[in-house]
Amino acid sequence: MSREVHNGPTDETQARGTPYSGDPAGGEGAEPQPLGTLPLDSWYRARGARMVPFAGYEMPVQYEGIIAEHLWTRENAGLFDVSHMGQLLVHGRGVDVALEKLMPADFQAAPDMKPKYSLLLDEDGGIIDDLMATRRGDDFYIVVNGATKHGDIVEMERRLPGEVVVDHMKEQALLALQGPRAAEVLETIVPGASDLGFMQAGPFDWRGGKLWISRSGYTGEDGFEISVPAAAAADLADALAAHDLVKPIGLGARDSLRLEAGLPLYGHDLDRRTTPVMAGLNFAINKRRRADGGFAGALRILAELENGPIEKRVGFEVDGRQPVREGALVLDGEGNEVGRITSGGFSPSLQRPIAMGYVATALSGAGTALKLEQRSKLFDVRVAPMPFVPHRYHRKGASA
Amino acid sequence: MSVYFTKEHEWIRVEGDTATVGITDHAQEQLGDIVFAEVPETGKRLSKGEEAAVVESVKAASDVYAPITGEVIEGNSKVADDPAIVNSDPEGEGWFFKLKLENPSELDGLMDESAYRDWVKTL
Repeated sequence: MSREVHNGPTDETQARGTPYSGDPAGGEGAEPQPLGTLPLDSWYRARGARMVPFAGYEMPVQYEGIIAEHLWTRENAGLFDVSHMGQLLVHGRGVDVALEKLMPADFQAAPDMKPKYSLLLDEDGGIIDDLMATRRGDDFYIVVNGATKHGDIVEMERRLPGEVVVDHMKEQALLALQGPRAAEVLETIVPGASDLGFMQAGPFDWRGGKLWISRSGYTGEDGFEISVPAAAAADLADALAAHDLVKPIGLGARDSLRLEAGLPLYGHDLDRRTTPVMAGLNFAINKRRRADGGFAGALRILAELENGPIEKRVGFEVDGRQPVREGALVLDGEGNEVGRITSGGFSPSLQRPIAMGYVATALSGAGTALKLEQRSKLFDVRVAPMPFVPHRYHRKGASA
Repeated sequence: MSVYFTKEHEWIRVEGDTATVGITDHAQEQLGDIVFAEVPETGKRLSKGEEAAVVESVKAASDVYAPITGEVIEGNSKVADDPAIVNSDPEGEGWFFKLKLENPSELDGLMDESAYRDWVKTL
């Protein structure tokens, strides 16, 4: 058997062109960087995790198996360690106005403790990172991707005024508990947490310390993200994993879950060549900001909103059983290259291959028949609406 | 009957001039959940080292090389229909293809089972 000819993106945030990014030639000639360890390193290993390099750390790609972990999360509750992600506290006079120069969200009117999905943009409107930002009083708590966090901090410090400070909360770990049974599990450990609605957050006491809990995640399921001091992370993970409904879940299932949920992964589906409009993230461009502009790349982004982007991120249903992965080409009926696959794999929930990628806007309508080319082999596909598997978020006021 | 193993984590079971080829338990373990397998067609002549079959898990795609030269007698349609049997029984029901052995000397220098299992422990 050959060594792997190409990997799917285990690496949820690693930049293109590095090993494990799905690019067979990725990382060629790159200097290997020494890998860091995360606060739960021995916790994963004690539970039989298979470890891989990811975002500069050794991280668990799977425990019992990706499909079993994936399906468990869709039915019960999966515990993910996402401590590689960057937790930032941005503060100082005028922080809300200052952040609005870099991102298209409305931070001035942002209510307390309501996380918002946003995008750190370069001056051309390209996406430097995607993130969650939450007002905590006068400060903003921002969670960014692991592989991009150091670059994000440099970028923000360079572009924010001197009185606005970016603190990297290196002493905090981040756990995610995801799945339809997550709320009932977390309620037994942190009473009151299940009162949060989707995209609400708040501080909670646990064993004499503080947790910051947000009802959010990246699986398409209901769930929570829990910021905990690194010194208490193993105790919290133990308390959660002790529940019969909870299993530890690796990066492999995290990737297949978010792909089914139609959620883009930075470094694969989003990068500096893509804009929020190309990526179909128009919901992240606030109404007031559309009227007033004043954010990085506004000229291009507002024009794309008005006239449509030249290409768009879409989903694909792939005929047959063989997965088509990142790097495959999208072809029209005449064999012209009209796009590229940025994520793809086998959907454990649907038991079929699915993919995500960019295609010329004229060919982006749901149901459009196209072909993919991977390793000289052609695959029949149709443009499919996303998510592939419906979201089941806990929206307050919505019927269950 | 003799069973040989390669450093590419393939096994070859030789009975008379028929060689059955599959991937080892270690290989399926490394791949994880297998979701796709493609086996060669009957009558195809494979040279040693040539790409013979494809196996894909949720995370990775790999080629299975012909470990020896010969004509394909049969591809295992069961693994194409239900690739998970490569995980559950890699060295039995989960075989990939059978070849008509042309050059038995190609088997020289391959590992026997105990040598292979010992070598895998060192990886």
